[in-house]
Amino acid sequence: MILIGERINAGFKDIARAIREHDPGPIQEWARKQAAAGADYLDVNIGAASKDPADMEWLVKVVQDAVPTPICVDSNRPEVLEAGLAALDGRAALVNSTTADEEKLESIVPLAAKYDAGIIGVAMDQRGSPQDVERRVENGAKIFAACVDAGIPPEKIFLDPILMPIRFMQDQAVKVLEAIREYTLLSDPPPHISVGLSNICSKTKERSLLTRTFLVMAMAAGLDAAICNVMDKELLAAVAAAEIILNKEIYSDDFLKVWALKRSKGGE
Amino acid sequence: MGVEVPDVKESFPQAIYTVTIGATPEDGGTRAKVVTVGGETALPFHTFEGEIPHPPVVAMEVWDVPGEDWPDVVREPFSEVMGDPGAWAVKCVEYGADLICLRLVGCDPNGADKSPEDAVQAVKRVLETVGVPLIIWGCGNPEKDNEVFPLVAEAVKGENCLLGTITQDNYKTLVAVATAYGHKLIAESPVDINIAKQVNILAMDAGFPLEKLVIYPSTGALGYGIEYVYSIMERTRLAGLGGDKLMAMPILCDIGKEVWGVKEARAPREEQPEWGDERLRGPLWEATTAYVYLMAGADILVMRHPEAVRATKAFIEKILGRQG
Repeated sequence: MILIGERINAGFKDIARAIREHDPGPIQEWARKQAAAGADYLDVNIGAASKDPADMEWLVKVVQDAVPTPICVDSNRPEVLEAGLAALDGRAALVNSTTADEEKLESIVPLAAKYDAGIIGVAMDQRGSPQDVERRVENGAKIFAACVDAGIPPEKIFLDPILMPIRFMQDQAVKVLEAIREYTLLSDPPPHISVGLSNICSKTKERSLLTRTFLVMAMAAGLDAAICNVMDKELLAAVAAAEIILNKEIYSDDFLKVWALKRSKGGE
Repeated sequence: MGVEVPDVKESFPQAIYTVTIGATPEDGGTRAKVVTVGGETALPFHTFEGEIPHPPVVAMEVWDVPGEDWPDVVREPFSEVMGDPGAWAVKCVEYGADLICLRLVGCDPNGADKSPEDAVQAVKRVLETVGVPLIIWGCGNPEKDNEVFPLVAEAVKGENCLLGTITQDNYKTLVAVATAYGHKLIAESPVDINIAKQVNILAMDAGFPLEKLVIYPSTGALGYGIEYVYSIMERTRLAGLGGDKLMAMPILCDIGKEVWGVKEARAPREEQPEWGDERLRGPLWEATTAYVYLMAGADILVMRHPEAVRATKAFIEKILGRQG
């Protein structure tokens, strides 16, 4: 399971302030905490805090100075994405994200190819977020084909079927699970399949429980990546158990210790 | 229109750990040569898919007491030397042994109940007479092994021996002395891949490097659960090559002990006339068992009969394309 730490995001007040004031403190602290918790990538998102590519460049450098963890450069603006990618010190990276919208495919997919980065493709298009399985699959396949055409191999393509809050769109989670199953059939080996996991529990009371329950169900369907709260110990323990149950890891009585060991060494 | 043949070669992200046994005077030991196993990046003998830098090796068994229960067929090649572990080891090297596996059977409290000091004498005797590296295998009684190994491990300090075995229930003493005196360890499990992994975790938690372990998954003779052990070894090796750091050790198979305990190898022709001459049948049973385990991923084979050893070593050379 590829875990992408969600916390360096201007949607959080401490990060938004740190970006505005160019204060590396909270950013580097979250980078270290998430890396220590076992994140495979750190999502880095300046969100609404800035539209200035120079701020993304600064943010990526600040994170790189703190930890060796690969970075997931997160923006919907090509120029901001490129500023982040250009600032990388050669470590592995993900572009987060393109959509199936032609304009996005044409501007963002070539960026991932140019910087030899992986890419997350979110299965929405100019009409917005799909509410059914079919459009999720159609958009996912379109993104996949565009990436392959650009020379990006399947193992660097991450498809995101778009998770909706269970509190407001309860019928959507099951459709996402079905879309995940469909994505696994796109190629052999299949692309990675990722979700923005914390969307599921938005405005709910039992956030952690709902999140980890969905995650193990999604893993059974074929999910192998998630942008998530890697500080949630119960969530990570559930992932470890799910990997055992899915026979991706040989069972031992101390399988949780094995998981922690692997994660502490920066994952697989 | 041309047909494109897909490339179906497998490649794996992780190499099996490379384990060296023995130390020459340069490295603080007295061995004339060392033996290195592991390091492979492909399934057994898949030289077309990856590297097999260190082909499997054969260790021959020497005991600290005569092998009273060895059938005549396998006693005879050693009949002159069974009273002296040193002379016995020399014979084994003449027969082609890459290593000596000295089994301290005599220390068993239910047998000769020899003292730790006696064990040290036997070990020293073998060290004096041969230049190959040593595997030293306890009697299997946990309490006694824990008395014997601290002295033995100290006596062979610097020789970089392979000591065994540690199990899920008894590992702390052996891990401590192997760490203190610079030896490698055999991690034993009872034909159970989950316990195999667990023993490795326990050793690691006790501070022992995973790269100094050899997995002994238990061995069954041909006809006695060999397919079950095979599948466990295969899965272990696939996991190790696939990136599971807790399963990426070389594997040891204890062939001779198992084979020479089953009636298909032991029974004399007078008892089983339709089975043919035991002088051919016994070594053949041992060699055939060895071949199967080589295919499953064995890196070290512990064997007894000189003919079976000769045939097995020839088989390894042949399958690696080095001969005939």
